[in-house]
Amino acid sequence: MPDLSIDTELARTILTGFIKTEIGRSGFSRAVLGLSGGIDSALACYLAAEALGPENVLAIRMPYKTSSKDSLEHAQLIIDDLGVQSLTVPITDMVDPLIDRFADMENRRKGNIMARQRMIILFDQSEAFKGLVLGTGNKTEILLGYSTLYGDSACAINPIGDLYKTQVRELSKAIGVPQPLLDKAPSADLWIGQTDEQELGFTYEEADRLLYLLIDQRYKPEECIETGFAENFVKAVIQRVRKNQFKRVLPPIAKLSNRTMGYDFLYLRDWGT
Amino acid sequence: MKLNLALAQINTVLGDVNRNLEKHLELIKEARNKGADLIIFPELSLTGYILQDLVPTVALHPDDSDPVFNQLLEASRAIDIMVGFVEEDSRNRFFIASAYLSDGKVLHVHHKVYLPTYGMFDEGRFFAEGDGVNAFDTRFGRVGMLICEDFWHASLPYVLWLDGADLFLFASASPGRGLPHTNNGCQPGKLDSARWVDEINRAYAGLFTSFVVHTNRVGYEDGLNFWGGASAYNPDGEPIIQGPQHQEALVMTELDLNQLHRTRARLPLLRDEKPSLVLKEITRINQNRHTDR
Repeated sequence: MPDLSIDTELARTILTGFIKTEIGRSGFSRAVLGLSGGIDSALACYLAAEALGPENVLAIRMPYKTSSKDSLEHAQLIIDDLGVQSLTVPITDMVDPLIDRFADMENRRKGNIMARQRMIILFDQSEAFKGLVLGTGNKTEILLGYSTLYGDSACAINPIGDLYKTQVRELSKAIGVPQPLLDKAPSADLWIGQTDEQELGFTYEEADRLLYLLIDQRYKPEECIETGFAENFVKAVIQRVRKNQFKRVLPPIAKLSNRTMGYDFLYLRDWGT
Repeated sequence: MKLNLALAQINTVLGDVNRNLEKHLELIKEARNKGADLIIFPELSLTGYILQDLVPTVALHPDDSDPVFNQLLEASRAIDIMVGFVEEDSRNRFFIASAYLSDGKVLHVHHKVYLPTYGMFDEGRFFAEGDGVNAFDTRFGRVGMLICEDFWHASLPYVLWLDGADLFLFASASPGRGLPHTNNGCQPGKLDSARWVDEINRAYAGLFTSFVVHTNRVGYEDGLNFWGGASAYNPDGEPIIQGPQHQEALVMTELDLNQLHRTRARLPLLRDEKPSLVLKEITRINQNRHTDR
């Protein structure tokens, strides 16, 4: 079985340096992030507090009426532990008018609306707090496309997007994320009782081991099957990764001129800084 | 003879040559005040690394007509300097280059030969390849300069060794990658890429019974990190010094150049090397290359 363990101290050094440097180069010194009560945003919050100082981090809780009480409480544990600035902005009154407008709306649409409403709040607070929005998506969910485009995936920089979920757990444990967050089942908390693994149909641990072989180690699908993964599982995961590529790239621009953004107008974001 | 060496592992401003030059001049002064005879800077130290479309706007000419090189050449009257930059040649080709400056003159310019254009690298898209390597004489003996991917190919250090280099000056802007696993006994605190570079540089020092020194960028460019970790190895392949990982530093060390005599008296690998045999076999291999397949 592949080894996904990481040198957590080194990861912490690189990621806190990344947050501080890249926010600084954009002309800012502060960060804003949504705190869901889950482990990903918890880790991002600990890294940001260490990188920027807790007074320069604004953690925002944005519950919907069906959000679990645990989510709010767990987010509060982090706020209390780190001493970061915080705000609670319930989204129910903002999203319900739109949801009620369409009687037949299923859970997926509702979840997307909630994720995008939270994005609006984060980017508004980004302006008010003069801080950049930190992304909290991990490598597993980015690969699987388990996120809402322009919703929870929207951010200025993402410090944890190259860590698989199991590695997020390892680093979170090392950095001191409170135990209840480490222990509970991952959930987007979009409806009562939802868990990610139930919705995905497999566990993060299984998915991470497979993705690590496919992506990081460049194994062929048949080699993964030989290693012991079920053929259907391998196929389903590969399919998901492929189908969600659109969430990982900027929208293509139709080329007409001799110089076009994305094709032959190439500069890093850090250009000139 | 002793060589007091300063290894600058620095961050840079992407595409702003003047701000980078300022930092160079400050560090040159600091190194000189600390008694250094030679200061070396990383790959593309005057420009930053992922330049893409910035390449033509940061290119320089390594001579005293160039306002940037003019100041570096002036500074080189007090201390030898190796610096990284983009060179635009007379036919407007752009090279990743390192220049060695001494006593107001450019002693040598190396154009990066191997331009990584795979994975996260795209150098071949923006730069021309160098077409040769030469060792050159300095007041500390004969030196060979290479840039990053150049020394990932064993052939170039080998050729420089045969060309008389006893002191290898390597420069990198190496994006860090590969978090080490905790379960397999890897040295903590060092990325896989950092460990790999250190291991091969140590091997070159031992195999070529020569001094190998290396300096590398620090900082970030978008999501990429640069790990620093400047290092020096003696002709026995023993580490002399290592700079910190992921932090800017001016790493000072002293090379006892007499160690070349002691090591090679014990271990005459250079004496016994057979360049004619290598040439004969490489000629044969090269001739058969197209007919064999």
